[in-house]
Amino acid sequence: MLSLKSLTKTYRTGDKALVSVDIDIPNGQVVALIGPSGAGKSTLIRCINRLVEPTSGHVLLDDVDVTALNSSGLRRERRRMGMIFQEYALVERLSVMENVLSGRLGYVGFWRSFLRKYPQADIDEAFRLLDRVGLLDMADKRADELSGGQRQRVGICRALIQNPALLLVDEPTASLDPKTSRQIMRLICELCQERGLAAIINIHDVALAQMFVQRVIGLQSGAIRFDGPPDGLTPDVLTEIYGEEDWQATIRKDEDEDAEAAVA
Amino acid sequence: MTTALNARIGQPWRKPPFIKRVWLRWTLGVSAVLYLAAAIASIEVNWSRVYEGLDRGAAFIMSFTRPDFVSRAGDIWDGMLESLIMTVAASVVGILISIPIGLGAARNIAPLPVYLVCRSIVALSRALQEIIVAILLVAIFGFGPLAGFLTLSFATIGFLSKLLAEDIESMDRVQAEAIRATGAGWMQWINYGVQPQVMPRLIGLSMYRLDINFRESAILGLVGAGGIGATLNTAFDRYEFDTAAAILMIIIGIVMMLEYLSGIIRARVQ
Repeated sequence: MLSLKSLTKTYRTGDKALVSVDIDIPNGQVVALIGPSGAGKSTLIRCINRLVEPTSGHVLLDDVDVTALNSSGLRRERRRMGMIFQEYALVERLSVMENVLSGRLGYVGFWRSFLRKYPQADIDEAFRLLDRVGLLDMADKRADELSGGQRQRVGICRALIQNPALLLVDEPTASLDPKTSRQIMRLICELCQERGLAAIINIHDVALAQMFVQRVIGLQSGAIRFDGPPDGLTPDVLTEIYGEEDWQATIRKDEDEDAEAAVA
Repeated sequence: MTTALNARIGQPWRKPPFIKRVWLRWTLGVSAVLYLAAAIASIEVNWSRVYEGLDRGAAFIMSFTRPDFVSRAGDIWDGMLESLIMTVAASVVGILISIPIGLGAARNIAPLPVYLVCRSIVALSRALQEIIVAILLVAIFGFGPLAGFLTLSFATIGFLSKLLAEDIESMDRVQAEAIRATGAGWMQWINYGVQPQVMPRLIGLSMYRLDINFRESAILGLVGAGGIGATLNTAFDRYEFDTAAAILMIIIGIVMMLEYLSGIIRARVQ
């Protein structure tokens, strides 16, 4: 259970990125966070694991107040929050396996990680995850040799090997083609279900979000404008979140999906 | 078509001038020309002395056609060995010290007090030219390669720390952020998030510095800090231009070899 209590972030420049945001996300729920660029989506996600320090308010993960932790406590809690990034954020000059194992850094000591001598259980789990996303053969390739979709899969493995309770996903499909985007979204949602993980997914593609998630939160100027099931996203709601546009083409239609299913 | 567009159609377009203010542009241009003219006019050439020196210059240049590697072979060998030892030792020590200082001098990973201390060390090292440091250290530690070794180590720190810090500051922030998000400690973060990004440049710069250190070691001998420079200086003092030519040719050979080697290594580590 993740609870955000009147979470506020004001940048030093005076920009209000988040204005008193309250969200409760039960275990196992996948939430899409939509909103225009600059609405505070990335800031919201980064405030949860304190890559960005919130100005005020609280983040509670299973009753641990993340905002009150000192640096070692914070590192312990970060292990329980896997993060997946927009441009994959793999360390490009490390191998695929090193990137996946880096998800265990919070659990192993410095010398073990420095010498790449991870416990056998971690190594086995890394191979199991790579096999699950279909990249077992790539384990010793360098990360920058992979395609975009493959890199994002490695990013997913890195987040999952942390054995997290929560996934923070920052625009996972922004630099992927439409087909790969769907595969990645499907993979993330399936894995969340298999493992009973809660997830917050920042996403620009509203139709894609509607296709996969159970709940959508719309953010605009740092405040929540919509919170409900994906079917509740009417043209009026989208206009409130994004501004005036013709929304008919964006909103998912059943016949479209059938056509896509036939193609796939 | 809008009126704003109509006003532009048919008009020529030129790149806006680098200095926008007209008077400033002209003042700078004219003063540059005046300065150049004054500078050329102030050069005094004593042509009779130039004429007298021509013989010696010719003798020196001609000596390159018959360099003498043999008659001072022992001195050349000793000097060269001393220079090489000095270079390698100073490079290794300098690089080892500059890594922590480089980390501290990168604003995006070091806290402000550490940053300021490390930046001051870098600034001090860069402010003092090698020759000046060498003169100082020769005065303190006496003639010989120890002063040269310390000078080169000191200079390496300023050079490498600064460039390493700049590379760290321009690294991809998101890759490092991803490692931090896993709950990694500071050392792990550096090892996984930062080091892979800057390693090729660190190796390239280290090789380049090795190359510079060898060239510098040849100069440091002139102020008494040991190495091949001392041998070269002695050769000039004795008017043994053929030996001097031999030494210069060996230095050029070694520098070119190092250059070639560092090129190969830098291409490999990308």
